[in-house]
Amino acid sequence: MPVYIYLVIFAIAVAYSFNPVSTVAVAASSITFGLPLAMAAMVGIMCERTGVVNIGIEGTLLTSSFFGFFVAALSQNLIWGLLAAIASGAVTGLLLALLTVSWKMDQIIAGTIVNILATGLTSFFYKQGYSLPAIFPRWSIPGLSEIPFLGRVFFQSGPITYFGLILIFVLYFAIYRTPWGLRTRAVGEYPSSAETSGISVLKLKYTNVIIAGAFGGLTGAYLTLELVGSFDRGFSAGKGFTALAIMIFGRWNPIGALLAAIFFGFAQALANQLMIDGLVNIPGPFINMLPYVLTIVVLAFSAGKVRGPAAAGQPYEREQA
Amino acid sequence: MFIVKLVRAWITPLIALLIAFSIGAILMITQGADPMRAYQSLFTTAFTTQEGLAKTFGKATPLAISGLAVVIGLRAGLFNIGAQGQLISGALAAAWAGYAITGLPMIAHVPLCLLIGALFGSIVGYIAGALKAYRGIHEVITTIMLNSIVLQLAEYLSNGPLKEEGSIIARTPDILDSAKIGTVSGLPIGFLLSGLLALGVWWIFKKTTTGFRFETVGKNKNAAWYAGIAVKRNTVFAMVACGALAGFGGAVETLGVVGKFEPAFNQGLGFDGITIALLARANPLAVIPGAILFGGMRGAGPTMQFSAGVSPEIIDLILAIVLFFVTAPIISRVLKLKSDSNTQVTSGWGSN
Repeated sequence: MPVYIYLVIFAIAVAYSFNPVSTVAVAASSITFGLPLAMAAMVGIMCERTGVVNIGIEGTLLTSSFFGFFVAALSQNLIWGLLAAIASGAVTGLLLALLTVSWKMDQIIAGTIVNILATGLTSFFYKQGYSLPAIFPRWSIPGLSEIPFLGRVFFQSGPITYFGLILIFVLYFAIYRTPWGLRTRAVGEYPSSAETSGISVLKLKYTNVIIAGAFGGLTGAYLTLELVGSFDRGFSAGKGFTALAIMIFGRWNPIGALLAAIFFGFAQALANQLMIDGLVNIPGPFINMLPYVLTIVVLAFSAGKVRGPAAAGQPYEREQA
Repeated sequence: MFIVKLVRAWITPLIALLIAFSIGAILMITQGADPMRAYQSLFTTAFTTQEGLAKTFGKATPLAISGLAVVIGLRAGLFNIGAQGQLISGALAAAWAGYAITGLPMIAHVPLCLLIGALFGSIVGYIAGALKAYRGIHEVITTIMLNSIVLQLAEYLSNGPLKEEGSIIARTPDILDSAKIGTVSGLPIGFLLSGLLALGVWWIFKKTTTGFRFETVGKNKNAAWYAGIAVKRNTVFAMVACGALAGFGGAVETLGVVGKFEPAFNQGLGFDGITIALLARANPLAVIPGAILFGGMRGAGPTMQFSAGVSPEIIDLILAIVLFFVTAPIISRVLKLKSDSNTQVTSGWGSN
């Protein structure tokens, strides 16, 4: 595990002995704030591992939380909202795949188009005055949720939290231990040799980018249907970009990104708790800018040292016979 | 030959606009509004009424300048999404200089405010440029993060240390009269300045070695390095230039239109700048007509609400569709145009 995680664990252990109530709150919020970032980072990981830079995660989150919220509000049914969010996320993935894989557009511009289209669509169709019937309830896992500290932090969460965490571990396993993962990594590193060994590069890219979009849709559903319970213009608030930083910080590895995201969540939760307890008096804007500053600082220290998939960002052209 | 070239250059943007307006019309019909009436009120307000024209050019000015800031970046192989933050930084700094520095004649006060705006914009640009050149962090991420950071800082400052005394909302005091820029026979001076800037940027890329270096680095870093160009220094310099321009644009808006700094006022200008720059195919001179069109739509958008019951957010959507059709190679494929040289701004996160 990276050093900073030991530091976080140490800090929590020390704080717990002084003030257990606040410490449990901080640890639980670290997961709450960190999870959407981790899940969104998985979108980036899946895409970049197949050689597609996805800067449109922000647009995927925005679109899917929009559809998740309004479908759930109009049907008064959270499950329909969840499905709509996942489907609309997959559509944004399809759009990105079309632009970058088939049309070989510049991937950064393509992602920006996804973002700007998502902003335009969601702000035009946004209507005030709708509300959800409820949000996804927390499930206390019998037995496990009774454990002191860990029970409150990990085992009293909503269904998408559990599901998302499981998926992150599944993705880790899939990338490093399955044929699909091997092919994906091959395409992300050296697509023409992958093609030579019989992998259909274009098909795999499409599949992965669309699945990644669906995963982003699940993230959007988490934000609106489990965490916040409402939707506003510009709802995703830059999380999709922070997720890219987390992807890099976590070295394109799902578990690494999960830990990095929890670290981000921890910083945010700590700042909030210090405010609530009145221990420090930081003006609100400085609390709000924390994740953004942290993103830049983390990148400044890690970006030079890590290397992403070699073919990420390059359009793939099949050689003509 | 010249005509053919001209048609080639304009046909894709024009068709993109046409498609976007058509999709906009269909959406209006689905909402039970009359698109003809909406567009008519939009364009007659924006381009024929005195008040509307003032608004159009007022909006077009910062749009043109932030569009130019994006153009410089694109030419140098950088995707400057941060025009927004650079612009806000310049707008706030100019507002502060406009009310806090007293006793200067207009001839000194106005240029000073503009320079301070450009300086603060360039600082924001410098951060992104240096992080790109020396740490290899893609400018899209840093500039997006800087947009949010600058916005939060501006909210803090205009609601705290720089807040107008006794005001309920977050805003700075009004700038002094000696810092205001007015109009010349109906045209805002700020807009004329943006025209001059467009000429200046065009000239830099056409005639100077600086422009040539930017473009060489933008097209091929390795070749530029081999030719003895200091690639990293050029990257930083290009981002500083982008930031200075955008900051200048923010300052012009403060001095010429808003008259103070209010956080809600400059939202989204930098993002429209991106669409304008891509619509203009990174040609500085084409930025001006694009900015006038967008300025008119932004300025007169709210009137569609009264006259045709269309929510002004339709403009966001129309502009997004324009961007889609200008950048995606659909139109050129359908028309079987020789594919226009695709803009490439992607580079790895940790490399170079």
